[in-house]
Amino acid sequence: MWKFIVRRIIIMFPQLVLLSMIVFILAQLMPGDVTSSLAMDPNVSPEQQEQIREDLGLNEPWHTQYLNWVGSVVQGDFGHSFTHSVPVSDLIWHRMVNSIWLGVAALIFVYMLALPLGLISGRWNDTIADRLITGYTYIGFAAPLFIFALVMLFIFGFQLGWFPTGGSVDPGLTGWDFFTSKVYHLLLPALSLALIGTVTTVQYLRSEVIETKQKEFISTARAKGVPEPKVYTNHIFRNSLLPIAAVFGYEVTTLIGGSIFVEQIFSYPGMGQLFLESIQVRDFPVVTAIVMLFGVAAILGALLSDIIMSIVDPRIRIK
Amino acid sequence: MSDRSLLEIDNVQTSFRVGDSYYAAVDGVSLNVERNEVLAIVGESGSGKSALAFSIMGLHNSHKTKIEGSIRLNGKDVNHLSTSELNKVRGKDMGMIFQEPLTALNPLKTIKDQITEALDLHTNFSAKQQNERALHLLNEVGIPRADKVMNQYPHELSGGMRQRVVIAIAISCDPSLLIADEPTTALDATIQSQILDLLNELKEEKDSGIILITHDLGVVAEMADRVAVMYAGQVVELADVMSLFKQPKHPYTRSLLSSVPSTQDEKDMLHVIQGVVPSLPKMPRTGCRFKARIPWMADDTHEENPELREVADGHYVRCTCYKHFYFPEEEAEKDVAAHRE
Amino acid sequence: MSLLTVNNLKVHYPIRGGILRRKIDVVRAVDGITMELERGETYGLVGESGSGKSTSGRAIIGLESPTAGEVTFEGQKLNQLKRQDRREYYKDIQMVFQDPYSSLNPKKRVNDIIAEPIRNFEKRTKDDERRRIQELLELVGLSPESMHKYPHEFSGGQKQRLGVARALALQPKLIIADEPVSALDVSVQAQVLNFMKEIQRELDLTYIFISHDLGVVRHMCNRIGIMYNGRFVEEGSAEDVYDNPQHIYTKRLVAAIPDIDPANRKHQTDFRREVKKEYDNKKAEFFDEHGGVFDLKQVSSTHYAALP
Ligand SMILES: Nc1ncnc2c1ncn2[C@@H]1O[C@H](COP(=O)(O)OP(=O)(O)OP(=O)(O)O)[C@@H](O)[C@H]1O
Ligand SMILES: Nc1ncnc2c1ncn2[C@@H]1O[C@H](COP(=O)(O)OP(=O)(O)OP(=O)(O)O)[C@@H](O)[C@H]1O
Ligand code: SF4
Ligand SMILES: [Mg+2]
Ligand SMILES: [Mg+2]
Repeated sequence: MWKFIVRRIIIMFPQLVLLSMIVFILAQLMPGDVTSSLAMDPNVSPEQQEQIREDLGLNEPWHTQYLNWVGSVVQGDFGHSFTHSVPVSDLIWHRMVNSIWLGVAALIFVYMLALPLGLISGRWNDTIADRLITGYTYIGFAAPLFIFALVMLFIFGFQLGWFPTGGSVDPGLTGWDFFTSKVYHLLLPALSLALIGTVTTVQYLRSEVIETKQKEFISTARAKGVPEPKVYTNHIFRNSLLPIAAVFGYEVTTLIGGSIFVEQIFSYPGMGQLFLESIQVRDFPVVTAIVMLFGVAAILGALLSDIIMSIVDPRIRIK
Repeated sequence: MSDRSLLEIDNVQTSFRVGDSYYAAVDGVSLNVERNEVLAIVGESGSGKSALAFSIMGLHNSHKTKIEGSIRLNGKDVNHLSTSELNKVRGKDMGMIFQEPLTALNPLKTIKDQITEALDLHTNFSAKQQNERALHLLNEVGIPRADKVMNQYPHELSGGMRQRVVIAIAISCDPSLLIADEPTTALDATIQSQILDLLNELKEEKDSGIILITHDLGVVAEMADRVAVMYAGQVVELADVMSLFKQPKHPYTRSLLSSVPSTQDEKDMLHVIQGVVPSLPKMPRTGCRFKARIPWMADDTHEENPELREVADGHYVRCTCYKHFYFPEEEAEKDVAAHRE
Repeated sequence: MSLLTVNNLKVHYPIRGGILRRKIDVVRAVDGITMELERGETYGLVGESGSGKSTSGRAIIGLESPTAGEVTFEGQKLNQLKRQDRREYYKDIQMVFQDPYSSLNPKKRVNDIIAEPIRNFEKRTKDDERRRIQELLELVGLSPESMHKYPHEFSGGQKQRLGVARALALQPKLIIADEPVSALDVSVQAQVLNFMKEIQRELDLTYIFISHDLGVVRHMCNRIGIMYNGRFVEEGSAEDVYDNPQHIYTKRLVAAIPDIDPANRKHQTDFRREVKKEYDNKKAEFFDEHGGVFDLKQVSSTHYAALP
């Protein structure tokens, strides 16, 4: 298994390289560079501007530029924001922490919902409970996230006033109060994200349970006299969870995508919100940095799901 | 009912739902198994052997299957037990060996866990005793390196080894009725004979009964006390093993016996029964079900609705016109012989 | 030139244990087998279950990478071939699997199942492909209309024919049949065996026939290799092996063949008991001090046995 994990991690590197190249090319295609803002400055002559370009290595061939860029990215240096005139990394750092909070909370909700719902509707398929759950998943598939999130915000935030309608924490708190306030701010956006994001996993789990139920080894278990609840807990569920681990990476990607809208709607100061803002004001260094980070998160999600699989499934051996 | 009687199946009908209707895969089967007896069930694939076995074990999906008739194990009707009551009987008083060794084991559990699970449910062994018993069982079914195999997963074992693990699970609590659905198909002749000896021993020691479902007529000849031949959901012939092999009556039994390749004779091509077993919805429900497979027999030689009748002591046949039956090859030979004369 | 030569082939698997699942041991699934096949013959592979028959078959067609040894097909060494040529070679060797139920993808139609190898290896137009599939179905005795059906609509024997049709799609020269009839009842088994013999004659095929049923093996095979613990204990013609077994394991295996006559039951039991006694007494002579199998020694012009 360790060998598998190590190999899996090694495979991750070409993925990262590929991602970085795409992002780099993207960055090159975007108009302007650090010096563009200087161009507006009447105190800087074109010669000086050229000098700065030279100093920054912007006249080097692309591969040297790429290597320089990768070098700085690895050190956490994404350049300067056009609009905020601070290093991109400073700008992102705070937002990233917020986004990770939101992402983790959403993931927890996703599985808190998906596991019981999927298992129930799979175990008692074609009953009322199953029909209700399946009905919910269809709605989840059909409803666009941003509309759903708006409705949630409107009802629970503005009408009922149960949850805050913006921000990530109340100011001036420390310790435990800080933590609870954070969670309180998180709940509504994370739930909105999870309620929609979970439906794929619910559906997946349901069909997996139904399929596993018919496997021959379940008959073997029943023939041993294993009581029905135990047939499910010991034999069916664990085998059905396997493919769920496989879609974990996919789930992470969906949540990242979803978080962009949700953060915007709930005025939650995360990376998603920053991403949309930066696109609007054409703050390209920030945009590229965020794309890069989202990509890394997706790759890590896939890595994690493979590692989980290799732990649960003894059959996995890399070829 | 004799006091040796272990299992009594009376007029069992197992129907599967296909679309909106139910079709009987087992159609009015009555059989009994005594203690210390091996009843073999043979028959073409799709004739309802496994469906019958699953009915006895209560393993069919109750939403899609109807089981009518009575199935009494030690006098107790197991067909009408609740699942929790049934679970006290399954694995303890009756065990089953499944047909498909490759898929009959949970891929995510070690061999040890899968064997001790049954022991945990039906005995009050300590964990250590369970392990010892599991190891002992693996040795008994002839698994080499049993101690290593205990910690392996099913995918790491060959088909035959998996089959032996399934057998070990089925006999782990010394059931009084053992249903063995193709127990040795995946095994080599040496292990097969070893397993059959083991089943025989178990049967004698514990005075238990065995239902042996198999395609291998050699195994039947060596193991069975009595044989039931099934065709299209019905028992078409039932006899003690000697009569069945020496004086087979039903055309289907006779066709079956002539299809076996043997280590002795040298014929190049084997006998094949024409046509196929009809699928459940297409099964003729009146008249003789085998008629279509012996098209050379004239229509007027068949009877309307053949019943299972006793033609000799303990020898039952669902057919009266078997006396006229012949194979086309025989007829050809007869012609040739007649011509010579 | 022989069609296939296998020289000292070995396949070892690691066993892992402990929480870290480290390699704690190896299983010598195939531990040095050597065989030679002439075109048009049927080579029977029998032996203990777990003795490495399937693994050998899988290693020969390249589904398993050998730990050591070499496989030579039509004079070409497999492990020396370049990728492109190796593809060619796999085209000529096909496998029929034991289980007709699970080896066919239930969600695909018959034409897609059979076309799969064709699409992998050959470029054909749609029409051409359809013609080929119909041809193949006819060859295995199924109606051309069955190409639009799903596997579950076929009986066990018909499914096994589909497996054979798929194996035949690329006009292979060698077919490795891993227990092709074990899951079938006698009548259907007879049908498949007859059919395999017919197409062998028609297409000049060579078979490696893996089976537990010694009756079936005798009916089908010219030459038979008996495997035990990843090695051959004996190899020879059907007569050599069945009527004049030299190795104690073969003797026991042949004695274990079920007799179709119930009247012989008592006699068989006694006979087996005797052979078992002989086996237990003489075991030490036939295996080396670690229980290993000796190298094959020639007994007659066709007959080899692993004697000390
Ligand atoms: N769960 C099911 N739903 C619908 N039909 C079924 C089901 N199980 C079996 N059948 C049908 O019932 C008939 C009897 O099947 P069964 O499995 O009992 O045959 P069998 O005698 O055991 O055959 P084999 O020798 O191939 O194992 C077949 O026509 C089969 O297709
Ligand atoms: N993936 C694997 N990992 C570890 N061991 C394996 C693996 N596959 C097979 N083996 C081992 O290799 C040996 C040979 O297996 P193989 O399947 O070739 O046997 P076989 O002769 O085909 O047996 P059978 O007749 O029972 O099918 C067995 O001991 C088996 O446990
Ligand atoms: S009626 Fe009798 S002879 Fe005719 S096919 Fe049926 S069983 Fe055979
Ligand atoms: Mg069956
Ligand atoms: Mg095998």
